[in-house]
Amino acid sequence: MSHAHHHAHDQHGHHGHSHVPATDAAIRLDNLTLTYHRHPVVHHVSGHFLAGEATAIVGPNGAGKSTLLKALVGLLKPNHGQLDLGGLKPRDIAYLPQQAAITRDFPLSVQDAVLLGAWRGAGWFGRISRGLRQQAQDALARVGLAGLGERPLDELSAGQFQRVLFARLLLQDARVILLDEPFTALDAKTTADLLAVVAGWRAEGRTVIAVLHDYEQVRSHFPQTLLLAKECIAWGPTTEVLTPARLARANGVAVSWDDDAPVCHRDSLPPPADTPHDHALHDH
Amino acid sequence: MTPYELLWQPFADFAFMRHALVGCLALALGCAPIGLFLVLRRMSLVGDAMSHAILPGAAIAFIVYGLSLTAMSIGGLIAGLVVVLAAGLVTRATRLKEDASFAAFYLVSLASGVLLVSKWGSNVDLMHILFGTVLAVDDTALAFLAMVASATLLVLAGIYRALVVESFDPEFLQSMGGRGAWAHFAFLILVVLNLVAGFQALGTLMAVGLMMLPAASARLWAKELPALLGIALLIALLAAYVGLLLSYHADLPSGPCIILTAGIAYFISLAAGTRGGMLRSWLGRAHLEA
Repeated sequence: MSHAHHHAHDQHGHHGHSHVPATDAAIRLDNLTLTYHRHPVVHHVSGHFLAGEATAIVGPNGAGKSTLLKALVGLLKPNHGQLDLGGLKPRDIAYLPQQAAITRDFPLSVQDAVLLGAWRGAGWFGRISRGLRQQAQDALARVGLAGLGERPLDELSAGQFQRVLFARLLLQDARVILLDEPFTALDAKTTADLLAVVAGWRAEGRTVIAVLHDYEQVRSHFPQTLLLAKECIAWGPTTEVLTPARLARANGVAVSWDDDAPVCHRDSLPPPADTPHDHALHDH
Repeated sequence: MTPYELLWQPFADFAFMRHALVGCLALALGCAPIGLFLVLRRMSLVGDAMSHAILPGAAIAFIVYGLSLTAMSIGGLIAGLVVVLAAGLVTRATRLKEDASFAAFYLVSLASGVLLVSKWGSNVDLMHILFGTVLAVDDTALAFLAMVASATLLVLAGIYRALVVESFDPEFLQSMGGRGAWAHFAFLILVVLNLVAGFQALGTLMAVGLMMLPAASARLWAKELPALLGIALLIALLAAYVGLLLSYHADLPSGPCIILTAGIAYFISLAAGTRGGMLRSWLGRAHLEA
């Protein structure tokens, strides 16, 4: 692994990251706190997403995973702390929302849905060139939907629909790609094909950050993992983050979620599971 | 009765029928695409809510200026925009969803409107505002209807792409820096404008029918947006024409006749529609899933 020197760290306070060369970090979080409808959802998270690497964000429901992605893409403003995109422009970041957020029976053709990926170039009035249409067809071929451009979206299965959204991401051609639960409720074949697309992005040196639930997918395709449960439980190489003790701790934090908590409480975090393993990884 | 007498003579003989026809066709041109986008955005009931929301504005104008179309239209427009803005602010600032905040505001608005009219107007006036009199459309009203229809089609053409994308996947558009909120807001203004235009001819309650029924029918026939728009327009225009004829020959109120004609088109679509119509799905099941 190229970034073996980044050990997973448990976060109990704010850390500096002076030991990380600046070029390695695509996106830095410094004491980041996010709220949703004035409810704190992500607390005091510090760390960095490695450039050109695939990072999984895992954690229990309500852990703030989707909220963090929304902040990264600029849909949410940080309430506290810093979000440093390190020179990335909005156009460099592509975002795939959860499928539930999208109207699936919308009267668009597959090709038109893929062409939405060219929004930044085309905008409200811009022309869709022949070259762009060709790109859309190529993207469809890459996700295994060659020749289906004329189909209406509402005739697609859930798996085919997700393939269309991946083709749209391909058209966006972004350096950083954010995926919110991209493989939830998909069949095995579609998941495998789309994971191959993700592997392609990694090979091209793009940064991929995905909210995931399946630890096997994470272990096999995402070298880095951020374990989130409102706070950052651990962040580093996947093999060191996805340990039973840490996962148990993440679930413990989620259970303590207080729906009426008016403000951030740093001390709402339960005491860490004090295993020797944890101490061994603690690099601060 | 010859076909000429049945289909055209009322318009040839009477200026008020010609006015009514042109007015209703203009209204159909604007309302049909607006209704289609309301359906696509899952905002079908927002049109209904807005039609009630413009009532107090029209009522206040009526009380102050009498039965003046200009005053009542401006009053209705102001009331509608206030509700759009207030509901939008509530949706963004609280955890209420858009339909809930709209419902709350339109109910308050409707109650104030009814209160105003019953205290300072008469029941006849209230009936007039609620149900309109398409046969009393004069030149001023006609010009207003034509203006609204033209403005609606021009603005829709301008915001079309943004509105479509925003209806399909709003978070994506926002993540692309797409300012979909502008398209959304412009669209809501168009909704209010068309309802205000509609209440003179059809009444506030009936105007919504010309939006929603053709749009809901079109969904049962076509799969792509341009075809959907064409079918919705066709049904709305036909409903206006057939409804007026029906009202003339059978001596029935025109607003309900137009809406019921659109309603018949809807029931036919439900039964025979090629996409999700009942006949089709029953027959199709029998063949495919045997």
